[in-house]
Amino acid sequence: MIRDIRKNPFSYLLILPATIYVFLFGYCTLPYLVIAFQKFNYKQGIFHSEFVGLKNFEFFFKSPKFLEVTFNTVFLNFMFIGFVIIFALIFSLMLNEARGKIFRKVTQSTLLLPNFMSWVVVSYIVYALFASDYGIVNVFLKSIGASPVSWYSSPGPWRVILVLIKVWKDTGMQVVIYLAAITGIDTSLSEAAKVDGASRLQTIRHIIFPLMIPTVSILALLSIGKIFYGDFGMIYGIIGDNGVLYPTTDVIDTYVFRAMRKTGDPSQAMAVGLYQSLMGFLFVFGSNWIASKKTDGGALF
Amino acid sequence: MIGSKSGRIPRRRQKLQRFTPLDFVIYVSILIFSLFCVLPFFLILIVSFTDEASIVKNGYSFFPETFSLKAYTMVFKNGGAIFQSYGISILITVVGTVLAVCITSMAAFTLANKSVQCRKGLSFFFFFTMIFNAGIVPWYMVCRTLGLVDNLASLIVPGLMFNAFNLFLVRNFMNGIPDSLLESAKLDGANEIVIAFRIYFPLSIPVLAAVTLFYALGYWNDWWNAIMLIDNNKLYPLQYFLFKLQSEIKMLRDLQMQSASAGVTLPSESVKMATVIVTIGPIIFLYPFLQKYFVKGLVIGGVKG
Repeated sequence: MIRDIRKNPFSYLLILPATIYVFLFGYCTLPYLVIAFQKFNYKQGIFHSEFVGLKNFEFFFKSPKFLEVTFNTVFLNFMFIGFVIIFALIFSLMLNEARGKIFRKVTQSTLLLPNFMSWVVVSYIVYALFASDYGIVNVFLKSIGASPVSWYSSPGPWRVILVLIKVWKDTGMQVVIYLAAITGIDTSLSEAAKVDGASRLQTIRHIIFPLMIPTVSILALLSIGKIFYGDFGMIYGIIGDNGVLYPTTDVIDTYVFRAMRKTGDPSQAMAVGLYQSLMGFLFVFGSNWIASKKTDGGALF
Repeated sequence: MIGSKSGRIPRRRQKLQRFTPLDFVIYVSILIFSLFCVLPFFLILIVSFTDEASIVKNGYSFFPETFSLKAYTMVFKNGGAIFQSYGISILITVVGTVLAVCITSMAAFTLANKSVQCRKGLSFFFFFTMIFNAGIVPWYMVCRTLGLVDNLASLIVPGLMFNAFNLFLVRNFMNGIPDSLLESAKLDGANEIVIAFRIYFPLSIPVLAAVTLFYALGYWNDWWNAIMLIDNNKLYPLQYFLFKLQSEIKMLRDLQMQSASAGVTLPSESVKMATVIVTIGPIIFLYPFLQKYFVKGLVIGGVKG
């Protein structure tokens, strides 16, 4: 190692800032995991706070919140992954079929636009649509004689609304990736199919679609790896502290955040956080392991 | 096959065949989805120009009864806080992006440099943080310990490497630079410094442009660091300002107090949307220019996994 550093001093110098940074923000976080087993207070720090064993975990796992936030996190993520992939697949295949270069370019750009916006901006759009007094959905409902719904106080529809928003924001990005994958497909294959008399739909179904499966499954696997991590920016940006909507929208991340910032009890938050980290690790590791078995070069490691 | 016997018919027929019902379905669905992607922004734009009285009367609408510039005059006259936040956002985006891109590209060079023997170990060192995440509590504790609370650095430093993904994106791209280039440079007596700055970095400009955009967007759209580490409202970045504006009507009232004469209805709905428009303005303007780099980055990242 030391000989190597002597040989390539400049290379090691270049990587030093990143190494220090990751050491501080990655590895130095690990000792703090012990907070989960303590009754932590800031004065005494992690070395002198009282050790309480599994008490912090007990509180969470015994409360109904445990099932609620776990289910919401996994269920919402699962729906997000599924619907975004379906929409992205359909629209990338359609964009590939659409001729007209300008049409393709312009529509691809518009599909990508929502992705550039922060969740805070998106939350204003959601508000413009669903606000109970002025929102455009209620305005529409009133205009056709239906009674308006006070969306922000009825938790029921929010799973659907969140999925719709996610599809709206994320589809464009995956469309771009799938289009790149389609472009990478050898055109002689689809031309050969055409010569053999295959219709366009048949070419899509039997040539293009199967060849997209590797890309799709890699993206799916990578997102499944993150299934235990809720999208904090999205949920907190849109739902915020609106407790009425928690039953269908509260995810682990927002729960941990509230435990941390609102109740000011890092030990509670850390216990839930550790549960999430471990489950998250299992899923990331597992999905990558599958990706490396099933595809070559598809996995992250 | 049959058509190819005569020369004239297939050409005309092809033109007719081109627009099949399938094409119709394709074009219409793409158009509808594209419209859905841009219409919300138009709605916000229109509401921001709508007179408050007509919002109260009819709700949000694409076709308002009366237009008004009141919301904007209000934002620009009394929006000291907004422009303060604008400044903060621009500052952290520029400084943060420059630092982050430098750190990332430098580290990527070392990881791609085949004469560095420890690069596998180093890669794993970075990679581990991608698969195990200790969560927000330890992260917050580290930031506290490092003094990253309620100052400008706390908006920049914790975001420097949003994730190791960008690092591996650049490294993978640099791995694709042919070794022969490196060998011949070495034969010509080039040292590491020359190889890095004359060969690797210039050749990596496409991916560096994409990563720059990823970081810049990340900083511009970030409010996580602010929500966790910032209390001083002079330091609110734009997104956090916007978030606060929505959750705390008080802030909106402060904005209005300064201009309100008694008895006038205050355009709170249109002011909200005008603020959104002011916030996303630069992104919308830069979007046509930026999105091709974004697409490039996605393609490089997506194809290489």
